Formats: sequence, C-alpha cells, structure tokens
Amino acid sequence: MAVTSLIGARIQRREDPKLITGHGNFIDDVNLVNMAHMSIVRSPHAHARIRSIDTSAARAAQGVVAVLAAGDFKPHIHAPLPVTNAFVADKKQVPDQFAIAEDEVIYAGEPVAVVVAEDRYLADDAAQLVVVDYEPLPAVMDLEKAMAPDSPLVKSDRSDNIGWDAAFPAGDIDAAFAEAEVVVKQRIGQQRLFPTPMETRGCVADYVPYDNRVTLWTSTQVPHFVRLFVGGALGVPESQFRVISHDVGGGFGSKIRPYLEEYLTTATSKIVERPVKWIEDRTESLLATTHGRGQIFDVEVAARRDGTLLGLKFTQLLDIGAYHGVFSAFQVVACLIGGGAYEWKAINARSIGIFTNRTSTDPYRGAGRPEATHMVERMVDLVALEIGMDPAELRRKNFVKSFPHTNNFGLVYDSGDYPKTLDRAMANIDYTALRKRQADLRAQGRYLGIGFSTYVEICGLGPSAATAPAAGVALVESSMVRVHPTGSVTVSVGTHAHGQSHETTFAQIVADTLGVPYDSVEIHHGDTGDTPFGYGTYGSRSLAVGGMAIMASCHKVVEKATKLAAHAFEASEEDIVVDQGRYFVRGNPGEAKSIAELAFASYGAGLPAGMEQGLEAVSYFDPPNFVWPFGCHICAVEVDPETGGVSIDRYVAVDDCGNVINPMVVDGQLHGGIAQGISQALFEEVLYDEETGQMLTGTMVDYLIPTMAEMPHFELDRTVTPSPTNELGVKGIGEAGTIASSIAVINAITDALTPFGIKHVEMPARPDRLWSMIKEARA
Amino acid sequence: MTQPVALTINGRRRDDQVEPRLLLVHYLREVAGLTGTHIACDTSQCGACTVLIDGEAVKSCSVFAVQANGRKVTTIEGLAENGTLHPVQQAFWEEHGLQCGFCTPGFIMAAAYLLQQNPSPTDEEIERGLEGNLCRCTGYENIRRAVHSAARAMSGATDAASAQLVGSAAAPVED
Repeated sequence: MAVTSLIGARIQRREDPKLITGHGNFIDDVNLVNMAHMSIVRSPHAHARIRSIDTSAARAAQGVVAVLAAGDFKPHIHAPLPVTNAFVADKKQVPDQFAIAEDEVIYAGEPVAVVVAEDRYLADDAAQLVVVDYEPLPAVMDLEKAMAPDSPLVKSDRSDNIGWDAAFPAGDIDAAFAEAEVVVKQRIGQQRLFPTPMETRGCVADYVPYDNRVTLWTSTQVPHFVRLFVGGALGVPESQFRVISHDVGGGFGSKIRPYLEEYLTTATSKIVERPVKWIEDRTESLLATTHGRGQIFDVEVAARRDGTLLGLKFTQLLDIGAYHGVFSAFQVVACLIGGGAYEWKAINARSIGIFTNRTSTDPYRGAGRPEATHMVERMVDLVALEIGMDPAELRRKNFVKSFPHTNNFGLVYDSGDYPKTLDRAMANIDYTALRKRQADLRAQGRYLGIGFSTYVEICGLGPSAATAPAAGVALVESSMVRVHPTGSVTVSVGTHAHGQSHETTFAQIVADTLGVPYDSVEIHHGDTGDTPFGYGTYGSRSLAVGGMAIMASCHKVVEKATKLAAHAFEASEEDIVVDQGRYFVRGNPGEAKSIAELAFASYGAGLPAGMEQGLEAVSYFDPPNFVWPFGCHICAVEVDPETGGVSIDRYVAVDDCGNVINPMVVDGQLHGGIAQGISQALFEEVLYDEETGQMLTGTMVDYLIPTMAEMPHFELDRTVTPSPTNELGVKGIGEAGTIASSIAVINAITDALTPFGIKHVEMPARPDRLWSMIKEARA
Repeated sequence: MTQPVALTINGRRRDDQVEPRLLLVHYLREVAGLTGTHIACDTSQCGACTVLIDGEAVKSCSVFAVQANGRKVTTIEGLAENGTLHPVQQAFWEEHGLQCGFCTPGFIMAAAYLLQQNPSPTDEEIERGLEGNLCRCTGYENIRRAVHSAARAMSGATDAASAQLVGSAAAPVED
C-alpha cells in the first residue's frame, strides 16, 4: 500500500457534532403527517391457548383508529419469519413463527392484538381494554426436563422440544482420554442476558395505498435483510420497498434480524391507510427483543500432569426460547472454536438446541465466542489448579504457536502471536509483584485473585465458502464508490453503523486509498434506497469484509482514473504513477492531474475510445477466510469474605486486531465490550419464574445494568499482527472485549477464593452467591 | 381536558395547552419538537431524558409538563451558545465519550450540572454525580475522561473570565 496519512490516525468522529447537540435522527424522532400510533397487546402468559379476543371496548375508546388481531393480518402477511439453517444438525425442527399469535401463545410478550390510535397515550389506554380469554397451559422452562420424552410441549403442534442436536467430533477422543493422567469435569452456565441497547426498537411504516409502495424506518442493524424478508412477506418488491435506518442507539446483536413488529407495523399502515409508528417501551423491549446466551456447558478435559492438554469433550445445551431466533443457531460456533488458543489431540462437541416458553435467544455481542472462551479458559484454570501449575504457564505451554493454524475442525487461524500478548499483559500488570501482594494480603485475611483470559476469536463473517453451507447465507459485503464531477466522493455501503464509527473510519480508508481530502468523502449507510445490497453489521465484519468491499471499489476507481490520466497525458497506462491522488507520467511529477480533475474529465467529452462516462464502481467482497483477533486480559479482584462483594483492582488488556484504522475507535470498542463482559460476570441475569414462566426482571430496576461506579479503569495496550486474510491487514474488534472479559473476572474470583477450597464460581458472581459459597466452605 | 402551560425553553417562551398527564419529556419531544432529549427506560433509571429545570438537572420523564409551568428549561439543543459547543459537549467529542450517542444528551446535561455544582470533581464524585445515567456502549471510561477534560477546560475558562472581571473592576460599574 502507498504511504498513508489517515489510516491509523486518531481522528475525532464526524458522527458526533449532531449527536452531542441533540440533532440525531433516531427512530422515535421520525414523525410523518397524519401518522397514527400503534400499541401491541402482548400475552401475559408464557403458554396459553387463546379462547377468544374481545376488542369491542377498545374499538369504542377515544381516538382509536383500529384494533387488529391475527385474522386481520393474515390476508396481508404471507410468510413466517425467516430462520437460518441450524448448522449441520442431526435433528432439526424449525417451526414457523407468524408475526402475531392466533390460537396459542408460547412466551410472555407474544403479540395477540394491535391497537392503532391518534396518539401513543390513547393507543396504550385502549390496549388495556382488549380482553383476551386465555386458558393457561404448562410452561416448559427447565432445559434438561424439556428434553425428556414425557415433557409437556412448548407448543402443542410440535413433536418434542428439540430444535437441533448436532455432533461435532474431531479426532480420536477416546484415545486422548485414555492417555490422560488428569481428567477435570465441570458444568459451566451462561445465564440469559438482555442485550439492552439504550435505544429500544421501533418503526415507522408508510404504506402508500393503491401504489404498493413502502417506506419503513426501523431501528435495525440489517436494513437490507428487513427489506428482503418483510417486503417478501407483504408482497412488495425491493424496488418499491425502502428501509431507512438512520441513527440507531446501539444493537449488540439484538437488532440483527427482521422482527415481527416490522411486519405488523407495515401491514397495519396498509390496513389503516396511514403512516403508523410503533415505539417499544423498555419493559416491552425486555420481553420482545431477543435475549442472549442462555446456555449450559458440560465439559471434560483430559490432560497430562506436566500440563499438556489432550482432549476436550463438551455438550452445549442452548435455550432457544419459544421460536428459533433468526440466527440463534450461529451460537453453535462455540463448538467449533471451543478449543480456544490451544492445541488439542481431539475435541468432541455436541450442541442441543432446546425450546422453552421464553423469549427467543439470538446473537448478543460475541454470540457463541464468549461462551466458548468462558468455557475453555475456565477449564484451563481448573487443570492448572488440579496439577498445581501457574495458569499463565499452562496456557503458554499449550498455545498454538505457528500460523496459519488449522484447528481440530478445519478452521484456519490466519495469524497470531499468543505468547506476545500474554507476556505484554503480564508485564503491564507486573504479575510477579501481584502474586507477592496476593500472598501478603492472604496473610492478613484478605482475598485477592488474579484471572487470565487468553482468547482467540473468529470474526469477519464471513467467507461464503464457509457460511453458505453452514448457515445458508453468503455474508459477503458490498460498496459503491462514486467520484462526483468536482471530486467529492460518495461511498454507499451495505453494512450499518450503530455506534461503530464507520462514517469516520471508512472515510479514513477512502481518503487514503483515493488520495482525496478526508472531508470530501461522505459515507452512506442504513438506507436501502441508496446503498447496494449488504448483509449488515454484526460478527465484527464491517471492516474486514465491508472495508474490503470499499477497497475493491476504490481500486476500480483508481484503475479508471489511471486510464483517464494516460489518455490526458497521451502516455501509456504503465507509465502513469499514482501518488496520493496525483496522477502523472513517470519522471514528470510536476505535471500532475488530481483525481478531481480526472473525475471532471470523466463526465465530459473526448474520452478514450470505448470508455463510458463517469468515475464510479460497485464491488462485492467475499473474504477468503475469517479473521482471528486474539489477546490476553488479566483481571485482579478482591473479594470481601464477609459480604461476598467483589471489587476490581486492575483490569489489563492486550489485544491484537491486526492493523488499526483509528486507535481511538478501537479503544472505545474495547472499553464497551469489556464492560459488557464484566457486567455478565458480576451483575446481569434475566430471571423467570420457573413455574409460571413470568419474567422477574422486566424493568431496569430489576435488571442490573452497571453505572459508571461499577466499572473499573481499563488499562489497554495492543500488539499488531496484521491479518494475511485481507489487504488492509485488519481483523475485528467490536466483540473482542466481551469475548475475553467475563472469564478474566470469574477466574480472578475463583483464584481469590481458592483458600476456601472453592474451585468454580458461576455467573453472575453477585455478593449473595459468593457469600453463601464462602459460608458453606467455612462450615 | 387540557391546561395552559407557559415555559421558557432554551431561552424562548412557549404557550401551549396540554393534558395534565403529559410527561415533560413527551411535551419537549412531541409538542415543542425538541427530539434531542431521549427516552430509554420508562422507570427513571437511565437518565437519557435529563434536562435542566431552572438550572437543576432533572429527569424529564419523571415530571409532568404542567409541573414545569412557569419554569426555565434547558435541553441539549440549548446548551451550545452562538454556534460554540459547551465545554462538556466539546469534551465528549474530543475524548470519544459517545458511540451510538443515544444516552449522550442526558449524560451531557447531567455532567454540565455536575460541573456547575463541583468544578473539579474526583473520579468518585463523577461516579456519584452521574450514577443516574446509563450508557451501554462506552464502559464509561471515556465519559469519565470527558468530564475531567471539561472540568479542566471550564476552570481555564473560569480563570480567564475571572481575569476579565478583575480587569473590568477598574472600570466604572453601571447599574
């Protein structure tokens, strides 16, 4: 690559001026003339038959435009919600989910009716007047009981409660265990979480009567998916269906799918012949927006007493919820990367997806990789404890050391230097001194613990060769780069930003690659009306896949500009030198043309024979491999044995995401990611009543989102091992912090509690849990 | 049944007829058209709707519009003056104190109030001062930095302003 000035620079975000002055354009800020407001009547039961719905009182209420139930939507919504394939499952059950329940509700929060009124207050008032006669049915809540042949069913028309049962054997697992001198077993939970973006979901649909034309504003990470599926179900072709997703107040995976409310709002707009707005309130969001995690891992590790890891066996029990999330099966990826950063002789994994009468789970920041990391990093510590080896040394001994590395399942880790991040992190936290301090404090009856997480992550989703057979979608990415006649540049992309800073970082890439001023580059995303089809933003893919699609278009533009320069200088293309946006004949840099001049010429007359006007390009990028960020996080905590309270003393992270476009943005992504993992380790847990299936954590009063006071300072550092997978040498960083951090905290807590004989702690490690464990250990 | 309200919002007086149950945040967003103030929790946990009423930080989801009758309200749209960002806004930008930006207006208003009360807060004082605001993107690290940075900028500005005051003390004082 040419010498660059912007790639790698800490540039303040161009997203910010509007956001810090109150001029963002979030979903609830969209208002149309004659717009009506929709409120959704949701099931209060986890499982019930609907005997009847009486809407007469609601219809008669003040300001009500319409009250609609399943029968009203059937003529307009012609398809169920989409579901991707459940990997290569031995058993697969993919029940259809219609946008609104008709005769049986199977989770608390499932829609049964919608009320449309002149304003939101009146719509909510009238929704209270819809009378639904329910016959409650048993709620299926426990994963293991749900698997039993005699279990009640989550929905009466299903054969059983199993969504998938997939085996992933790799190598001779029996031989690996036969060789073992030590076998360590552990059950490890992954509690259900709310992704909790600060902006809830919402949409505004404007169906133009007699024209079959729709504009749908929606808070989503995937505008093109929404258009494809909602348009398809409503019989509106893409050319007449525009999805706009302007500013989106966070997603974290929970806005990765087309949602039933997008179908309902659009169909409602069609029925009432007015624009319709629906905004999710927070309690509704906690019930109706997909949850994350909700898994149990039963794990066994075989090792030698010298610390050599041999074999890994585990079963992932995954709580699907009532219906498959659109991408819930992606979390099975935990099986394929469960070996982490280590060499294993054999791995035998199995994933069982189980339906329950809860809200569906779907990806939440990391989606399968935090679970895999948490599991393997926990097990490595248990082995270290069992054989009396320092956990850092056991990790170092078993690290994958040469790259590219083909793991047990055939996935190819593209590049890495795991000991380097481990060494750097240990130096940054001064590990030797910290162990000494731990010993000193223990002598005083204080319990300091040190926890490691040496993670590796699969991201940059993804190469179609891998994703299409496994998940049924190609996951390539797109761009369109258009140089206007006077040299400013519009870049339209299929990815979507909702906090990731693409408008800044993508412009850095384009400015450098085309050699144009940064301020002349405008990034468009989140509007299907002016962007090429793209798969959206999740899986830390936007830079490694979407950024490369932008590079591809830039290269095409440069190629054409070179032809234009050759024509202008009456030289051959081979003699044209391109240097930071200046085009000249080799040896004559004084007489150069800027890309703006060439762009102007490109729209005029006198072009080379056969060349069309214009200077623009469209590209799709299909990556040759995933990318594999890695790093080492070390957490030091102190546990108060009298209260069970945990305080984080230090949090040191050394991450490697390859080349960095904007270090400020990378650090910010890490801060937020680490915070979410710490929060899972210590605070967050979605709770349901196990008998009735009622959600017990239905507000932010009950569900602990940490405040600033609960978060430590993050001591960040990085190494740079460029990815060989793409020309930019980049990996991903959006999820790395979350993938790494929960287990750094939990390993630190268990290390602190080792004197009590405590070997394992489940999440969330709240004070009451730790206090009880310490009390029991002391008894 | 509506009631009359008269508020001064960002220096401009408005007269409206509102329902008694209309929350101030809905009044600001839907009647006054100021959509920079956001709603994120419905239970007064998140602070996204923070505005200043007579200079004091208040969660506008916990106040009825009629309760603000006769008061002065400052929203995020009114914080910058004459095209110059408030030091807290500037600091959030410089320190990357926001990502998705949804919680940001509330944080900026709460931080502006905090610094008005306590011009040079410690980490702990910032944590206590902003405990009513939730952010899901930043892990709070850069928000903490931004508040410190704004405090430094404002104390510099205050020094300059004091110097100016001292300078002008020699001049005849009118009124």
